[in-house]
Amino acid sequence: MNAEFFLLASFLTPLIGALLIWFFGEESRTRELLLAITSLTTLGMVIGLLARVYAGEEVAIVLLDGFLPIAGGSIAFELEPLGIVYATVAAGLFPITSMYAVGYMNGHHETNQRRFFTCFSLAIFAALGIAYAGNLATLFLFYEVLTLSTYPLVTHHQKPESRRAGRVYLGILLSTSVGLFLLGVAWTGHAAQSLEFAQGGILGDAISERELPILVGLFAYGCGKAALMPLHRWLPNAMVAPTPVSALLHAVAVVKAGVFSIVKIFVYVIGIERLAETGASEWLMAVCGFTILASSLIAFSQDNLKARLAYSTISQLAYIVLGAALATPEGVVGSALHIATHAVGKITLFFCAGAIMVGAHKKNISELDGLGKTMPITIAAFFVGALSIIGLPPTGGAWSKWQLALGAADDHAIYVGVLMLSSLLNIGYLIPIPVRAFFFPAKDPHEHSDHHSHDEHHDAASNWRIGEQIREAPMKCVIPLVITAIACIVLFFWSNPIAHLVSPIVGLQR
Amino acid sequence: MSLLDHLPVLLVIGPLLCAPLLVLIRIPSVVRWLAQAVVTATAAGAFWLVQTVNEPISYRMGGWTPPVGIEYRVDKVAALVALVVTSVAAIALLIGHKAARDTVIKGRLHLFYAAYLLCLTGLLGMTMTGDAFNVFVFLEISSLSTYALVAMGRRRNAFVAAFNYLVLGTIGGTFVLIGIGLMFQMTGTLNMADLAERLVEARDTRTIHVALAFMLIGLSVKLAVFPLHQWLPNAYAESPSAVSTFLAGSATKVVYFQLMRVIFTLFGASYIFGEARLGTLLVPLSLLAMFLGSAAAVYQSSLKRLLAYSSIAQVGYLTLALALGTEEGLRAGLLHLMAHAVTKAGMFAVVAIIVDRLGTDHIAALQGLSRRMPITAGLLVLGGIGLIGVPGTAGFVSKLALVDAALGAEHVFVAGAILMSSLIAVVYVWRVVEVMYFKTESEGPRLRERPASFVPAGIFLALMLGMGLYSEPAFELARAGASQLFGGMP
Amino acid sequence: MSPFLVSLGLWNYWLVVVLMMVGLYLVIAKGNLVKKLMGLNIFQGAVIMLYVSMGKVSGGTAPIFIESSPGELAEGIVYSNPLPHVLMLTAIVVGVATTAVGLALAVRIREAYGTVEEDDVTRIQRLDELHEIGLSARDALRELGSEGEEE
Repeated sequence: MNAEFFLLASFLTPLIGALLIWFFGEESRTRELLLAITSLTTLGMVIGLLARVYAGEEVAIVLLDGFLPIAGGSIAFELEPLGIVYATVAAGLFPITSMYAVGYMNGHHETNQRRFFTCFSLAIFAALGIAYAGNLATLFLFYEVLTLSTYPLVTHHQKPESRRAGRVYLGILLSTSVGLFLLGVAWTGHAAQSLEFAQGGILGDAISERELPILVGLFAYGCGKAALMPLHRWLPNAMVAPTPVSALLHAVAVVKAGVFSIVKIFVYVIGIERLAETGASEWLMAVCGFTILASSLIAFSQDNLKARLAYSTISQLAYIVLGAALATPEGVVGSALHIATHAVGKITLFFCAGAIMVGAHKKNISELDGLGKTMPITIAAFFVGALSIIGLPPTGGAWSKWQLALGAADDHAIYVGVLMLSSLLNIGYLIPIPVRAFFFPAKDPHEHSDHHSHDEHHDAASNWRIGEQIREAPMKCVIPLVITAIACIVLFFWSNPIAHLVSPIVGLQR
Repeated sequence: MSLLDHLPVLLVIGPLLCAPLLVLIRIPSVVRWLAQAVVTATAAGAFWLVQTVNEPISYRMGGWTPPVGIEYRVDKVAALVALVVTSVAAIALLIGHKAARDTVIKGRLHLFYAAYLLCLTGLLGMTMTGDAFNVFVFLEISSLSTYALVAMGRRRNAFVAAFNYLVLGTIGGTFVLIGIGLMFQMTGTLNMADLAERLVEARDTRTIHVALAFMLIGLSVKLAVFPLHQWLPNAYAESPSAVSTFLAGSATKVVYFQLMRVIFTLFGASYIFGEARLGTLLVPLSLLAMFLGSAAAVYQSSLKRLLAYSSIAQVGYLTLALALGTEEGLRAGLLHLMAHAVTKAGMFAVVAIIVDRLGTDHIAALQGLSRRMPITAGLLVLGGIGLIGVPGTAGFVSKLALVDAALGAEHVFVAGAILMSSLIAVVYVWRVVEVMYFKTESEGPRLRERPASFVPAGIFLALMLGMGLYSEPAFELARAGASQLFGGMP
Repeated sequence: MSPFLVSLGLWNYWLVVVLMMVGLYLVIAKGNLVKKLMGLNIFQGAVIMLYVSMGKVSGGTAPIFIESSPGELAEGIVYSNPLPHVLMLTAIVVGVATTAVGLALAVRIREAYGTVEEDDVTRIQRLDELHEIGLSARDALRELGSEGEEE
């Protein structure tokens, strides 16, 4: 079996899975079985693909020629290092998130699960399409598929507030992509007469130095999924969705699709050398710096755990865009690394937030006092995830921040300062959470007495109890977060393969 | 000459002769299938024509040589428009029977089919003919039958809509007639190719300026160019579903083709956009149509009216493509003509299912439709996505071509405006989606959906997706047509 | 000759323009649907006059060949152009057909609404609309009444 097979198989499996779930997934057992098979097959295929690519095989498939009548206007897939990193992250977290989602949805007694899991699989399908995209046309196609397939997830509860959040979600994502991204694509196609991805960019000097910053802006804000300020509003709004969706949106598929697209376009369409030469992305660096700091500060003020994590995501995404905007080889490598490390770290945090909601029915940080006694595994995992986000050893986040700082060090030393300052802010808003949970005494239980009796009854059914004191969330929720927490640590020791993979595309030798 | 050489005229005559035959036969089941067979045959003929036409075919009526005799002239674009019109007609007629049986007086069903065929005759005749006066005659044939078709709507409003359409349509048609007359006066010919040659000398006279103005305004009324669009929303909204599907995909498209011929064939783009400076008028009007049409669509309470206003906005895209005055613009216009025909006809076909089952097209009545009629709701969303121009649908391809053309003509502002206005489409499409998909207190029972009823809408939307994912053939056609038309007649 | 006098010499066009305006005025200003149709007819009639006068060649005779001797055409005779007249035969047919359809519609409107006055029809349509969104007849009337006062 060659690499082509693995690529197509890994790409089509979630699509077929989604269809099967839609048609045969009325019954929960069947549905969960189908989901497990789909997600594990996808992961297996991506791993197979990874092995082939490591062995030096090159993959390029033209799926449908003549999508758009321009060079590079076909629906084509081509695997390159950035894409395989993103694909591995998405596919690797797919089974874990699936397992977690099953536990969470059952624990929360959610309805409409068939639609939920169908769209869930479709989102992964679209994410893989973005990862494998061999040209700008294909990238844009799957970018939009991802937007539309996640809309039903965001509005899953179909309540007024989810309708409002859905409007913001769709409004920002669709209007930026149609209004800005598409204009950028059309402009690129018009200027370069091609939409192909190529090493070192395809634009050359087809667009003048004066206009290039505008094009950079069209792409950076056109990929609204990257949530650069001031177009970040959709992200906190999308928090009304069930937690697995938040995990999927904020760690795996959606936001990463945005930043991945930006990095890919900067590297393969505009070309980082051209960017560095013209300084067209100087202003973007400033915006990223502002976003990093401002959203960290906003995160401080959020008491709702998921909201705090959302703002933390916005700031972390800006790191990745910053890496690309720096237009240095180290910066791009740092971005690629950060895509992986942030995904693993942030999904851990979201899993924990969801587990706390399922296990202890708590949403706000101020209520978490003393929770470390009843849910030690969850809180410990949260601590590991937080370390990774902050960028402290022994977690993977340390390396990606290190690379980003290296990228900035030469010409834009001020952003090293921004990175360090934001790390401090990260410590400030993340570390107190596990500290409160472990060391603060629990608040007076009488306050929630009504609630508690309900919980007791509820817990008996679904929660996982170890001994007298410990009452964790259902096992299906806890296992995934343990896995991702371990992955955070593993990435610390194993980050080199990723850097090694990505380096050649920006002309770095390792 | 073999029979195939007579194809241009056969396409027009087939439905024309069949129409009175239907009136004589009167038996509903026979009438239905005969009409369907004839329309499908014309569609097949048009398809064959598109395949074979490269150089313009000149067909001499009765063997008389042009410019004395009447000439049918079929070039690539004419064949393309004919294909769009006939295929939309053939597919829309599949809805026809059901929709017509509900609205047309019992025992007069054959008249519906006769009018339908006459309308098709008129549209095809306008497309094929190379004679200016013939254009007027066929325009009136199609218009008169359209008035009758619109009046067959299910509510009494249909009569008023048809009457208003009749008044405006007749004024538009008569304006065209005046224009043709004045041109004839100056040049002494009615043959378009001949006219184009002789106009080169005469075009700087006051009379020809007036003639051009009358022609353009007359056609604009029929095309519903903003601000001459008043008749369209009511006519589309009140007519039977099959008719609105047919009209949405064909009538304005044919008139658009006539506008193209006046601009590019008769006068030439360099004159129209150079000396006559039509662009300075048409670009702002098109932009206004795009924004105001879409904005008006947002506030409609009935689905058909929403789609009708969206059509006005789409006409804005079409005229904008022309107003760029470049070959790329023309190509984008032809692409959008095809894309919009399948998309909008597809959406009207879905609305036909809804009207059939719910008895109304009020948006408020769609509450919970995703649970009552899941497949129908899904199809409506699909059509809406096509209307927005999400990649993978035909609307995306044509809009991208349009943006490309605008950039090529150095109208960066226009390119941005095109995309901005399609964002308004998101608003009116999503308004409907939210009504259908979000929970409400009062929700009707689940309704049975007949697989057969999805056929017309399914075909249209499949074509839309096909063109969106594989745009090469459509693009090639548009490219060939545009270069032929832009080059002017030899 | 001054341009004004020249234009006076084209009196046939002046006639056409006046007729056309009369027709258009009727279509726009009259609320009665039948009167509208009459206006439309006058408008179309004006165009027919335009064509017919266009075919007239000054000093020309009817376009029937005149033979000087059997089998031989007379020389030096100016004929009028017959083509516009022929075209107008078609245009007249179109006009008649339009009027017929229009009148038929007016009859149906009268049957459906009980009036052929445009204002009344619009009022009833508005009532229909209010009725459809669930207002009772009395509320709808009140709504219409208050609207009338505002106007």
